Formats: sequence, structure tokens, C-alpha cells
Amino acid sequence: MVWNSASDFFAMGGYGLYVWGSYGVTAAWMLLEPVLAARRHAAALRAVADMDDEQG
Amino acid sequence: MKKLPRLFTFAAPKSFYRLASITVPWLYGIAAAFAIWGLYVGFFVAPVDATQGNSYRIIFIHVPAAWMSMVLYMAMAGWAAFGWAANARLASMMARAIAPTGAAFTFLALWTGAFWGKPTWGAWWVWDARLTSELILLFLYLGFMALVEAIDDVRRADHAGALLAIVGAVNVPIIYFSVRWWNTLHQGSSISMTAAPKMAHTMLLSMLLMTVAFWAYAFAVVFMRARAVVLERESGADWVRALVAKK
Amino acid sequence: MSPMMAILSRDLRLASRRPAEALLPVVFFVVAASLFPLGVGPEAATLKQIAPGIVWVCALLSSMLSLNSMYGSDYADGSLEQMLISQLSGIELAAAKGIAHWLMTGVPLLLVSPLLGLLFGLSWESIGLMAFGLLLGTPILSLMGGMGAALTLGLRNSAVLILLIVLPLCIPVLIFGAGAVTAAESGLSPDGHFYLLGAIFLLSALGAPVATAAALRISV
Repeated sequence: MVWNSASDFFAMGGYGLYVWGSYGVTAAWMLLEPVLAARRHAAALRAVADMDDEQG
Repeated sequence: MKKLPRLFTFAAPKSFYRLASITVPWLYGIAAAFAIWGLYVGFFVAPVDATQGNSYRIIFIHVPAAWMSMVLYMAMAGWAAFGWAANARLASMMARAIAPTGAAFTFLALWTGAFWGKPTWGAWWVWDARLTSELILLFLYLGFMALVEAIDDVRRADHAGALLAIVGAVNVPIIYFSVRWWNTLHQGSSISMTAAPKMAHTMLLSMLLMTVAFWAYAFAVVFMRARAVVLERESGADWVRALVAKK
Repeated sequence: MSPMMAILSRDLRLASRRPAEALLPVVFFVVAASLFPLGVGPEAATLKQIAPGIVWVCALLSSMLSLNSMYGSDYADGSLEQMLISQLSGIELAAAKGIAHWLMTGVPLLLVSPLLGLLFGLSWESIGLMAFGLLLGTPILSLMGGMGAALTLGLRNSAVLILLIVLPLCIPVLIFGAGAVTAAESGLSPDGHFYLLGAIFLLSALGAPVATAAALRISV
């Protein structure tokens, strides 16, 4: 264990902005991207269903 | 008795779609597990760096992201080339599915690199060989995506994208060897296949764990997108109709 | 007359019938480069320092301007298809078109560059180095541009697409071309830059026509 307290952890020895700025954007993207991919998949399914309905 | 998969079983969009649907949750699970393990080692076991303090911890996502950006480009170019040479539709679809994720990892490598560079070198950005060639890589991804989207004829788009991706592939070795060929600000490689690593073992462990996590994540997201691409392209096929009818 | 010479002389003759159109890239080159002192300010030292970069970037963009028409009009009236079906190989066609484009766009740019060098206050030595770099670089731009033109044949946004596709691939040319002049001005040797430019030139001369021919087969 290298941290003395939670606030130490967040401060990262003064480098907090840089460390969390990097990890934050990466984490945010890795949550967003799967959502976007899932939505594209759902849209594709809907498009096929609509096409099917049209053709009866 | 169920047939065993052969070499090109999953070249059929229908079989691939099923494979992807089954494996995606597992891949996310692997990604999460390795990420938790890697981040634990990286933040709670690995020591503070003598020269860089705690800012060096960005390495645990910067290096894996950079590796993924290069690997994914080669994968994209490879699948696109196969789709062109063997006229394999699914291979071309795979290339299209990989591109956005590859571009994203390239951006993340540049972003995390900038956030690491600022405290370490005093600058958010320098125009040295490695950073410049990684930026070119991002442009190459964007060019590929723009080109395939702009061409209405799907197979023409696939083949054109393949040619572009192959030509651009020359950039990847340049990125890799740039720190050896030029006097760059970016540090040289600390990891080699033949010599002992120049970093503490806990740091190396965390970096490798995060690499596995990123790889699994990339597979998961690319498979998800590939499923969407397959549905979009194969919308006329019977199996797609049956799939939708079941829901 | 060999097929390549036939294509080459045809293109040159067609261009000579519309001199204004053919010289458009050169005009753009001068105008665009001249914008920079107006935007950046007329301080001599600054201009001298940024001159190589500006001239090279403008040369890059000007080269790309006329790429649409490289295959565009032939594609539109069907003659491109005829050329590809004929005994002429795609590689010869691509090479001939590339040379034609260089003669019509690259060479004028090269000839006008000393004028821009003077506008920016470069020394004669630097102007010479810049011109030599452009001599090596402009053919590369024509050849790589040809590949981009072939890939984007007949598309709606082909002008912008060509830029997006070809510019990243031409960035090393820009870096070494401008870098040679900058290096010489700082007292370093420009040789390394020129060697690399020469290497890229050889690679493009060998590889680009092949890639362009493949692209033509894909697009037509």
C-alpha cells in the first residue's frame, strides 16, 4: 500500500490533474463506445424489422 | 453429432454473428477482470517513481493504448486486404468494424501522452518523430473511415479501403522504430524480447495486465460493432429475417 | 509513339487548350502563400523562419487542387474505361498521368517558388535548397495524388476526400522538404533530409503507379 490517505490518492503527489485527466477520459470513452456499438446494433435490427414489415 | 468448426466456418456471416453474440459478454468480463487486477497492481502495489513521482502511472493506459492503436491498424489492414484478395465479404466488414476502435485508441494514446508529457517535459505536445507518426496514424484511420463511407457501392468501398489501408500500413513500423531512428524526446523502448526490462517488475506487470484488458475490450467492442455491420449488410438474407422474426 | 507518350502528349495538349485552368494551382500557390505575411505580421525574421514550411504546405495543397481532373474528365466521358480495356497497362497509364500532372502543376510550382522565397526574404542558398527539395517532392505529390484521385473517382466530395487521404501520406515529404532548408539555415547539413526525400521519391516512383493501377481497377 503506497497511499497514506484517500486525499493523497486523489492528489497523486501533485499530479492529480494529469493522472485523472488521462484515466478519466479513457474510462469515459470505454463506457461510451460499447453503448454506441449497442445502439448501432439495435438500429440495424430495427431496420431489418421495418424492412420485413414493409414487404409483409 | 454437431459438426466441429473448420478453418473458414466463421467466414460465413451467420456463423460469425452467433460466435460474436456468445463471446462478447465473456470478453467484457475478461477485460474488466484484468483491468481491475492491473489497476490494483498499478496504483496500490507499484511504487512511486524516483524521477517522475506519481505522474508515471499514466503509463498503465498510455502504452497499452498505443500498442492497441498499432495492432488494430495492422488487423484492419490485414482483414481488408484478405477481403479484397479472397473476395471475402465478412473480412471487409471486420475491417470496417475495427476502424473506429483503432482510431479511438490512437486518440487515447495521444491524449494520455499529452497529459503525461506536460508534467514530464513541460509541453503538452512536441513535434518529434513518434508523436508525429502516431498523429499521422490517426489521420490514416480517419481517411479510411471517410473513404469507405463515401463510396455507395459497398464492394468498391471495401476494396478501395483495403488499398488505402495497405498503403498506410507502412506508417506502423515507422512509429515503432521512430525512437531508434531519430533523436526523439519520446523515450526509447524499455521492453525488449531479448533483454531484461528496464522498469520495476510491478510496473511492468500492471502494464501487461492492462494490455490484456485493452485487448479483450477491443475484441468485445469490435465484435459488437461487427454484428451491427453484418446485419446492415446482410439485411436481405433469410437468417437475418429469421433472427428478427424470433424477437 | 509509345502508349505512355501518347497519353502524356494527349494530356498536355488538352491542358494547353485551357491555360487558365491549368495555371489555377500556381495562382493559388502564390495567393495562399502571400496570405501568411498578412496574417502573421511582416516582421522579417519571423517570415524568414517560417518561409520553408509555408511554401511547402502551399505547394502540397496546390498540387492536390488539380487532382480531380487527372482522371475525372476521362472517367466522365468513358474514355478511361476504354484505356483500361486497351493494351495499355494500368501501371503505364498511371505513370503517364502522374508525369503529366507533374509537368502541368509541379514544375510551374517549382519555377515560381524562388519568387515566394524572395517575398519571404530567404537567402539565395535557401531558395536553391527549397527548389531542390521541391524538385524531388513535387513528383512524389503527383504520384501519391494520382492514387488518391483513382480511389475517389466519381465521388461527390472527392476534392476533400483526396486531401484527407493523400495529405497524411505526404506529411513526411513536407517534413523533410521544409526541414532541409531549416537545417541548412541553422548551420546543419541538409543532406540527410534530401537522402530521405530521394528514398521516398524512389519508393513512390516504383510503388505509386502500381497502387494507382489497382485503384483504377477498383473504381472503374
